[in-house]
Amino acid sequence: MPLIVKLLVQRIALGLFLLLLVSALIFAGTIILPGDVAQSILGQSATPEALANLRAELGLNEPALQRYFSWLGGLMQGDLGTALTSGRDIGESIAQRLSNTLFLAFWAAIVAVPLAIFLGLLAVRYRERWPDKAISGVTLASISIPEFLIGYVLMFFFGVKMGWFYPTAAAFRPDAPLLDKLDAIALPVATLTLVVLAHMMRMTRAAILNVMQSAYIETAELKGLNSFQVIYRHAFPNAIAPIVNVVMLNLAYLVVGVVVIEVVFVYPGMGQYLVDSVSKRDVPVVQACGIIFAAVYIGLNMIADIVAILSNPRLRHPK
Amino acid sequence: MRIPLAAAIGMFFTALYFLAAIFAPLLAPYGYDEVVSSGFWDPPSAEFLLGTDGIGRDLLSRMIYGGRTTIFVATAATILSFTTGSVLGFLAAVAGGWVDQLLSRFVDLLMSIPSLIFALVVLSVMPVTLPVLIVVMGLLDSTRVFRLSRAVAVDIEVMDYVEAARLRGEKTAWIIFREILPNALSPLVAEMGLRFIFMVLFVSTLSFLGLGIQPPQADWGGIVKENAEGIVYGAPAALMPAFAIATLAISVNLVADWILNRTTSLKGGRG
Repeated sequence: MPLIVKLLVQRIALGLFLLLLVSALIFAGTIILPGDVAQSILGQSATPEALANLRAELGLNEPALQRYFSWLGGLMQGDLGTALTSGRDIGESIAQRLSNTLFLAFWAAIVAVPLAIFLGLLAVRYRERWPDKAISGVTLASISIPEFLIGYVLMFFFGVKMGWFYPTAAAFRPDAPLLDKLDAIALPVATLTLVVLAHMMRMTRAAILNVMQSAYIETAELKGLNSFQVIYRHAFPNAIAPIVNVVMLNLAYLVVGVVVIEVVFVYPGMGQYLVDSVSKRDVPVVQACGIIFAAVYIGLNMIADIVAILSNPRLRHPK
Repeated sequence: MRIPLAAAIGMFFTALYFLAAIFAPLLAPYGYDEVVSSGFWDPPSAEFLLGTDGIGRDLLSRMIYGGRTTIFVATAATILSFTTGSVLGFLAAVAGGWVDQLLSRFVDLLMSIPSLIFALVVLSVMPVTLPVLIVVMGLLDSTRVFRLSRAVAVDIEVMDYVEAARLRGEKTAWIIFREILPNALSPLVAEMGLRFIFMVLFVSTLSFLGLGIQPPQADWGGIVKENAEGIVYGAPAALMPAFAIATLAISVNLVADWILNRTTSLKGGRG
């Protein structure tokens, strides 16, 4: 088997193994801790009978390991269980919300990725001059403010004061025409873009600067190419692998940002479902949402590594 | 020793925030839960410098008390994160072998889930109290400190003076606390600033989601949550914590940058 295939298979197997361990960790996080699920649902004043009934209903009297495997078995067959509070099938409730969340994250990525790469290139081109410094300043400011506050600042100025966009995503309907949907999510997309932009831009800048120190860049400069050509034709292609890596890591970060931003803009996605369920102590829903978020996160990290393997010429053309 | 202007400004504001946190009851014009106005979201006035919140409490007082809670929780979680993370990190580096493997792989596993998601999972079964919050945040964050301290300690561990201590027959605890810790201190202190900021953002986020500090206690994330509704009516009360968090974060960053630059230049420009 060629080396590259072996590496890819190894990386995918590692990702699946990690996901398995993470499922155990998430399950353990809700079960083995000192808190008792039944107690925390019913509160301290619950009668012993009510507690015993709920424990029996939740299957808490069975050994933890057995419950974990039956939960895991259900997951493998796509059965996410039943919500405690509504008694509804979790899979059904999640399907629409997951697609809403992916819709939001997708459009945020479509805006953020090209913008970050362009601004990163700009920062390299005008290194140590005002565009570079302005970009660094904005970066520092945006990593110093929590994402939900960025959301409210945009909502206040552009949604309420100027009235350019819908202040919240309450107008979002999954079956509306695409343009109406985009109109409804303009501010959440802008917020998520700002959240990941700074980091992505800075790492793009670093990746290209790293390449810029190579000898072939000096050659290109000496043969009289202008600086945009040097960056675009010589530095950028060699910086693609690290940049793709940056993009993937930031998309993974977007998955977390989305949880908070959905709450800010009242967007009917997975994040809001997760947060609601945590405050209602609906443990099966929390576990299901947790494992889905973790799977997306691990998956994106895995893709980042796979791209890195594929783009490494020494692995593609083994001696 | 000359302190650069940026670092001096950072230190000044960081100190200011910590002093305001300590002396909150003396500084705040009203109590944190005292309803002082019959209106809601009153604009700033001579009586209420930042205006009032959605149920007529003085916003300035809530911001000062809120800073106290937020800074206290973030500081406690940072200390927990550093003690756990650095001791285990040093231990992994010094002991090596299966201890190192076990700790490192477990940390890898914890870091493969976003901390916010795992914190939410855990908080769904735990009572949301200050100690629980501090422990959950501190332990989740200690994974990052573990990685850094292990990496730093691995470099120090091969030094002659550590070898000498080993040959003298010193115990592991001596090697960790007397040989490695003093030499690993500077990079760890710089990192401490960044972790502290992360904790401020983390606890604010949890409170904003309603899963952190519980009302009527004031904290910066909670102030955003309580006043979020006002945004739609054009009341900017919910935006106040943005300024506070941002200035604190930038100040601490300036100090941390300076410490980091100092240590790297001392070591001959490493990193």
